[in-house]
Amino acid sequence: MSLALSGASSKPARPWRLPGTPGQITLALGIGAFLLAFLIVPVGSVIYVAFTEKGTGGFTLVNFADFFRTDLFLRSFWNSFYVSAATVVLASVFALPLAYITTRFDFRGAVIVQTLGFLPLIMPPFVGAVSMQLLFGRNGTVNLLLNDWFGFRIPFMEGLNGVIFVQAIHYFPFILINLSAALRNIDRSMEEAAQNLGSSGMRLFRRIVLPLAMPGYVAGASLVFVKVFDDLATPLLLNVKDMLAPQAYLRVTSIGIADPMGYVISVVLIVVSVLAMWVSALALKGRDYATTQRGGGGLARRRMRPWESAVAYGVVGLILTLVLAPHIGLLLLSFATIWSFSPLPDGFTLAHYGRVFGESSLYIKNTLIYATLAGGIDVVLGTAIAYLVLRTKLVGRQWLDWAAMAALAVPGVVLGIGYLRTFFDVRMPDGTPLATLWIVIVLALAIRRLPYALRACYAALQQISESLEEAAENLGATKARTVRRIVIPLMTGGILAGFVTSFATAAVELSATLMLVQSNADAPLAYGLYVFMQSAAGRGPGAALGVIAVLLVAACTLLSQYILDRNQKNRGAAR
Amino acid sequence: MNAIAKTSAPEAALHTEALDVRIAGVNLSYGTNHVLKNIDLDIRAGEFFAFLGPSGCGKTTLLRLIAGFNTADTGTVSVGGRDIGNLPPWKRDVGLVFQSYALWPHMSVAQNVAFGLEERGVPRADIRRRVATALEIVGLGHLADRRPSQLSGGQQQRVALARTVVIEPKVLLLDEPLSNLDAKMRVQVRRELRDLQQRLGLTTIFVTHDQEEANTVCDRIAVMSDGIVQQVGTPMELYERPANLFVANFLGTANVVEGRVAGAGADRVFETASGWRLPVMSGIEVPAGARLVFRPQVARIAEGGDGAPALRGEIVRREFLGSIIRYGIASGGQEITVDEPFLPGQAQHEVGANVAIDVPASAALWLA
Repeated sequence: MSLALSGASSKPARPWRLPGTPGQITLALGIGAFLLAFLIVPVGSVIYVAFTEKGTGGFTLVNFADFFRTDLFLRSFWNSFYVSAATVVLASVFALPLAYITTRFDFRGAVIVQTLGFLPLIMPPFVGAVSMQLLFGRNGTVNLLLNDWFGFRIPFMEGLNGVIFVQAIHYFPFILINLSAALRNIDRSMEEAAQNLGSSGMRLFRRIVLPLAMPGYVAGASLVFVKVFDDLATPLLLNVKDMLAPQAYLRVTSIGIADPMGYVISVVLIVVSVLAMWVSALALKGRDYATTQRGGGGLARRRMRPWESAVAYGVVGLILTLVLAPHIGLLLLSFATIWSFSPLPDGFTLAHYGRVFGESSLYIKNTLIYATLAGGIDVVLGTAIAYLVLRTKLVGRQWLDWAAMAALAVPGVVLGIGYLRTFFDVRMPDGTPLATLWIVIVLALAIRRLPYALRACYAALQQISESLEEAAENLGATKARTVRRIVIPLMTGGILAGFVTSFATAAVELSATLMLVQSNADAPLAYGLYVFMQSAAGRGPGAALGVIAVLLVAACTLLSQYILDRNQKNRGAAR
Repeated sequence: MNAIAKTSAPEAALHTEALDVRIAGVNLSYGTNHVLKNIDLDIRAGEFFAFLGPSGCGKTTLLRLIAGFNTADTGTVSVGGRDIGNLPPWKRDVGLVFQSYALWPHMSVAQNVAFGLEERGVPRADIRRRVATALEIVGLGHLADRRPSQLSGGQQQRVALARTVVIEPKVLLLDEPLSNLDAKMRVQVRRELRDLQQRLGLTTIFVTHDQEEANTVCDRIAVMSDGIVQQVGTPMELYERPANLFVANFLGTANVVEGRVAGAGADRVFETASGWRLPVMSGIEVPAGARLVFRPQVARIAEGGDGAPALRGEIVRREFLGSIIRYGIASGGQEITVDEPFLPGQAQHEVGANVAIDVPASAALWLA
């Protein structure tokens, strides 16, 4: 028997070591350089210009004073604010009943509601805008019928109303998704405990269900607010110019890249985005209620009485009709010969599709190239950043994550302006400015979508138990081999989901693209759509192009769902 | 399930050798948290050795240190006389079976087992042969094409074991290998583990918090607590002659009686506050501040008594455990446990009875 008792021992100094392998350090530096060049410097230059005096280069607040002294800008600011807030309200009106009915009641068709509820997201809002004009505009289907039958019209689409209406229909799924998830995550036992202690009905809803679901709602609502505040294309297409994003675009495109007002507006846009996200973070802080417990389920579902059921189906039907209106309108328009001052088109034709595939296949080709490259860049960066943050001890690795996520707070217009400002002076060997090359569009798209891809990759890596990697190292695989043979294969589902999200949203992005497209030959689909929609004659082909875009995105979404499902099944429950 | 016993020694096809493991002067801290304190251990070649201790005692940290997933601040770890402290995990040839098994869900059983050989650049034909052998050793040859998710917990554990021994490691490390199995499987698997270790002749280190597992399987045990190796010895040595109160309490049940030792030489006597005295056997070392420690089965209960000062108390609990009856006796503010064999027909003591506890001086332990 040996005794090995040890007494007090002073803590010895650990020998100094490199915090990571040379490969990891190189990777981190490379990603840092990329983010610096294509996100931080362009956005930083926008902010810098906003605060410097034209000509002298000294620090000044004059530009901001000018901004707040100009009626047009002030009006634009309040319009943007009003439209965003009103959109949140209207979107909530659409989302609340759907979320409530499908999660709290035994409602047949809940799956259909949850599926159809996502449809608006796969269509760029400005595409819907045109068909909404035809359906709900002053001389659109609904108002023509109303006028014929009752002798009055409803100004759905007049001025700011149009923007609010279109945006609410497009963005309400964000609230629906978040709120439904929040409601579903409330454990039945939470409600039962309250009932057991004597609470019921509205009191139960107000004191237990609502507070538990609130963080989800606020998260969705603030996202909608930011998206609407930053959106450029929808107001432009509806010919609403006195909002902030359109003003920034118009200043830069009409007066020029040297005009400080575009930069000032950009800074205002960034500040509002950051504030809205801060509010959302505040709402969610410490309230990430994961209340679902073992053996529990979602909220108890109640059977509806017949009259309740009738009301519910009525409400759901009405909302879904509204939500699907842009799609239906677009489809009709793409087949219509002439559709003007009549409830329905005069006749139908396939000519628009012929024209689109003939003349405009370039747009489709460009879109596929751009979105594929952007999605590819995003998942490579996303996987690398996730790995560096979660699996290494590099100093400052968190900064990569934060920098990449900061792209969320940068509106597309601002990134576009920043790229023009920064890369116009960077010349290629043959003298063409970097900013005019199509690759810049790809980079802008990649930066804009990086946060989504990064979160998908991050989640995928988080789900992999570290012991799976240690087992590989224990059996003789180096770090790099372990990444290749264990980490990447296990992340495949998440990486693919991230790619498809990036691809699908990049395919219909317009805000940054509008700034950066220099020639028609480099234009992606969304830009082509925008150009078509400017003229009455272009509406038919534009709608056809829109239908193609929607189908493209829908196919991608289905594909990603399929891949994720298969991946899940293959792996089984083993972890 | 009995496949291991039935096979015609397929392990002969694996070339394992027994090497000793030497851990010298190892210290490890996470920030200000000193997790391992001056660890010195000599594990003999071919030995089945256990790190035993409560959670947080540092046993898993020490195991991961040997595998290369932790780095010591000072000290060395050597296997077969070769210092492996500066090697990365993938160059150590130290096979670790993870508590969670860590089977890769995207690979079949055979692919899991083949992984380590592929990383070593073993020729394809050899890989196939050795994978088949390893799966046969653990009795899972027929499940080679399954996915880990299609296996039971016990089967997953065997795959993890096969995956590790197939690389012919220099040492086999087992991190709580039985903790994810149900009680019945646990007894069976631990016998199989012992059997496999004997046949492979591999030096094996087993981490556990369960003294029964360690006692039944291992040749020797290092009892750890608070980052310190409290004692090393065979299971019986540890039980019979625990080095301190922690070891006595951790291995089996021990009664601890407060008091003090007076006198010197042959006249040393242990005395409690209530006046009960027990002579200390001559030649026994009594550490400063020692208390009397004895096992429940060495004491006897005497009802009534002649009034002489004795360790007295009232029976407050009686538990029937099959072969023994366990009495709880409240004495001087603490409860003393005494086991008496259950013999049919023999009278038992009733709860509430006032009894004297007879502790033979020869069975007393003096521990601080």
